[in-house]
Amino acid sequence: MGDWMTVTDPESKTLPQYTSETKMSPSSLYSQQVLCSSIPLSKNVHSYFSAFCTEENIEQSISYLDQEQLESSRREMIGLQERDRQLQCKNRNLHQLLKNEKDEVQKLQNIIASRATQYNHDMKRKEREYNKLKERLHQLVMNKKDKKIAMEVLNYVGRADGKRGSWRTGKTEARNEDEMYKILLNDYEYRQKQILMENAELKKVLQQMKKEMISLLSPQKQKPRERADDSTGTVISDVEEDAGELSRESIWDLSCETVREQLTNSIRKQWRILKSHVEKLDNQVSKVHLEGFNDEDVISRQDHEQETEKLELEIQQCKEMIKTQQQLLQQQLATACDDDTTSLLRDCYLLEEKERLKEEWSLFKEQKKNFEKERRSFTEAAIRLGLERKAFEEERASWLKQQFLNMTTFDHQNSENVKLFSAFSGSSDRDTPTLHSRSRQKKPHGVPSGSPVCTSKLTKSLPASPSTSDFCQTRSCASEHSSSINVLNITPEETKPNQVGRECTNQKWSMSSRPGSQEGCYSGCSLAYTSSHVEKDDLP
Amino acid sequence: MNFSEVFKLSSLLCKFSPDGKYLASCVQYRLVVRDANTLQILQLYTCLDQIQHLEWSADSLFILCALYKRGLVQVWSLEQPEWHCKIDEGSAGLVASSWSPDGRHILNTTEFHLRITVWSLCTKSVSYIKYPKACQQGITFTRDGRYLALAERRDCRDYVSIFVCSDWQLLRHFDTDTQDLAGIEWAPNGCVLAVWDSCLEYKVLLYSLDGRLLSAFCAYEWSLGIKSVAWSPSSQFLAIGSYDGKVRILNHVTWKMITEFEHPATVNNPKIVVYKEAEKSPPLGHLAFPPPRAATGPLTSSESKYEIASMPVSLQTLKPATDRANPRIGVGALAFSPDNYFLATRNDSVPNAVWIWDIRKLRLLAVLEQLCTVRAFQWGPQQPRLAICTGGSKVYLWSPAGCVSVQVPGEGDFQVLSLCWHPSGDSLALLSKDHFCLCFLEMEKGVRMAFGQRGDCT
Repeated sequence: MGDWMTVTDPESKTLPQYTSETKMSPSSLYSQQVLCSSIPLSKNVHSYFSAFCTEENIEQSISYLDQEQLESSRREMIGLQERDRQLQCKNRNLHQLLKNEKDEVQKLQNIIASRATQYNHDMKRKEREYNKLKERLHQLVMNKKDKKIAMEVLNYVGRADGKRGSWRTGKTEARNEDEMYKILLNDYEYRQKQILMENAELKKVLQQMKKEMISLLSPQKQKPRERADDSTGTVISDVEEDAGELSRESIWDLSCETVREQLTNSIRKQWRILKSHVEKLDNQVSKVHLEGFNDEDVISRQDHEQETEKLELEIQQCKEMIKTQQQLLQQQLATACDDDTTSLLRDCYLLEEKERLKEEWSLFKEQKKNFEKERRSFTEAAIRLGLERKAFEEERASWLKQQFLNMTTFDHQNSENVKLFSAFSGSSDRDTPTLHSRSRQKKPHGVPSGSPVCTSKLTKSLPASPSTSDFCQTRSCASEHSSSINVLNITPEETKPNQVGRECTNQKWSMSSRPGSQEGCYSGCSLAYTSSHVEKDDLP
Repeated sequence: MNFSEVFKLSSLLCKFSPDGKYLASCVQYRLVVRDANTLQILQLYTCLDQIQHLEWSADSLFILCALYKRGLVQVWSLEQPEWHCKIDEGSAGLVASSWSPDGRHILNTTEFHLRITVWSLCTKSVSYIKYPKACQQGITFTRDGRYLALAERRDCRDYVSIFVCSDWQLLRHFDTDTQDLAGIEWAPNGCVLAVWDSCLEYKVLLYSLDGRLLSAFCAYEWSLGIKSVAWSPSSQFLAIGSYDGKVRILNHVTWKMITEFEHPATVNNPKIVVYKEAEKSPPLGHLAFPPPRAATGPLTSSESKYEIASMPVSLQTLKPATDRANPRIGVGALAFSPDNYFLATRNDSVPNAVWIWDIRKLRLLAVLEQLCTVRAFQWGPQQPRLAICTGGSKVYLWSPAGCVSVQVPGEGDFQVLSLCWHPSGDSLALLSKDHFCLCFLEMEKGVRMAFGQRGDCT
């Protein structure tokens, strides 16, 4: 501690100088270091300095701080030393314990060894005694003559192999030895054969592996040619070697030391090449991942991970579902108290299901049939409807015709219609005025009520009728006709339009070239058109 | 499945002849030979005393009956019923007796394992083998019957002698590096002999036919070691069951361990099928007796079925007494299926379960948990079918297609203590304390009567 006093020598005023203080003895190097370590605190100290240190009492404050640091470091050191002492104590104790245990073990082992020898010794002693007893007894037994030791047999049996017994001679001994060795040799030869076969198979496998490895690596030879010339070099050399090896092997036929070594070495080489190749590929793949080029082909790691997480979740859920279902199943099955009832129950369930399925199936079939029926009926109905419509149209047409006919018969004196008829048949226009005049006279009586209605109906109805070109024409002519009719009714003086209309109709009619009754119908300029279906299906 | 009538039996002595035509059973001192299919009595022989051991000769012509209490062995012929043979060991006593593979020699082990006497039925010659070892499995013949390996103990050391069976000449004699040899067994191909040490030390030694040591395997030190050993039928694998509850499989090429099979008390792998035996609910009106304790006593004669348990499954464990010898822990029973595809094991600390392992994939395939302790299981001789009995009145069958639990019909008190397959695999003899019956398995293709589907099987 005296060294500390030298540190606070007024010679050294600034902190940094403490470190270079040469007066410090080597023993106080530690304390010097402690001091150095406290130098980084100087910054804080500076601020502190500003608080209580002024120009005047720098020295004082410095000495004061030094004292504080000294104390703290001193305290630390003491604490650490204590700890060190304690740990060393513990260590010593443990060592002692270990030593004790080891000693005990050694002692026990010695005990066992000594006991064993003792036991063996005793045993031997006892055995010697026992042998003596046996000898004694043997003598006694041999001496007793009254109890004969003998075998009585009715007659001697032949040998098992039918041969006669042989005398024991030296020859037989030799023969026995020979036989024994023969047996042994046979066994060894058999085993050696087995091992050779195994070896041959294994060698074949190794050769195959080697070839396959070479073939695996050779297609990539073009690519890594730039990268690893030595690998290709070794491959090529290996191939050459192989050719040599194969020929050699086939000639020498296995079990040659050098051949074996070569095979194993070449396989090891190939394997190393393959391994490095695979590692390179792995690196490439990882690089691709990191660089992230070709985003379309390669999914980003995050997405990939997300996907895998999703899939794992799904798998988990599915597994849980399966588990619960299994449990339920087992519960159901386990509630059965007997094997028979469980199997019965199972069958029952199956039967139930079958029944249900059958019912549903039959229902389904019925429905299907019904649907079919309905469809058929619908189609039939449609057909019927169509037919009916046709019939109706025919009826209407006939009715109209009738009407027309009636009208015409009604207006018999009025030769207009007749004229019209004749007009249909291609008569001249001369007759028309007379016709018209007649019609003018007659018509107002006959059908005034009906006509406007009819015509209106006509006009109304005619556009609504389904049309073909012919129908249009007839319609138009009919409408014109109607207009002409109107004209006929209302303005008897207007002959020209009538003529026109008639001409029209003539024209139209000739174009349409309609047969029979229809003509009659239209020629009558039927005021009695009630139906909208002017067109008749018998139009060509 | 058809069950035959129930017949009398004593001492669980009931064996099929190797050619599959006959069935020999003992009732006290009588030996009854029946036809294997119709169970009609064909021959009846009477021995001098109660029979303790019964064995067919390999060519199915002779039957050996050993009477240990009297020190006698009586041999009967099927071809000539009036032929008889009696071997008297006299004061030497008799503890074990067996046929040689050629069917013409009988090996008797005298009391205290003093010696093995080889009696010949063809000649008057007698051979003696000294110092046989008194252990779990000291004699083993190769499958083709050429060689005999015998464990011996001389001067506190273990030896193995290999004899040629045709003339009983000693071929090889070597010592083994074992503390206390517990068993020896030939591989099915007859070229390798497995030798293992007692449970105090985990050690398996593999010797070639000519006596060379091929390999030694030791999984761990100090703790209790090997409990059971089994070769796979193709000689490719050697399965070693140990007291730590694991089975270690060694392969025949390197004789190193290729895998370990553990037998934990909790099974939690959804690929494994665990069949639990469950009682079907008893019929109404059945009196509710106090239920018997699970480990002892047989089940009441109610039906049971297998249910597939859902993961995780915890099996019943048994806490063994740690201060006693021969604790009930570890893999005590091991058996490979005849097609080499499966291995059935039992961990004694989980005594109600049988574990079935797939050897092609080297992993656990199925676990069958019964309601009682598994007493015995045996694979069928032709197909991979495992028959299990637990001391109850049911026999259990497992096959890769499924498993089934079958109640033995009758008054319901037939407690199956042991079972024995017919050499063709078509039928199964179920043995109880006083009776036995035959179970015929229908073997029509496409008829899966015996094996229901996975799930509820009856």
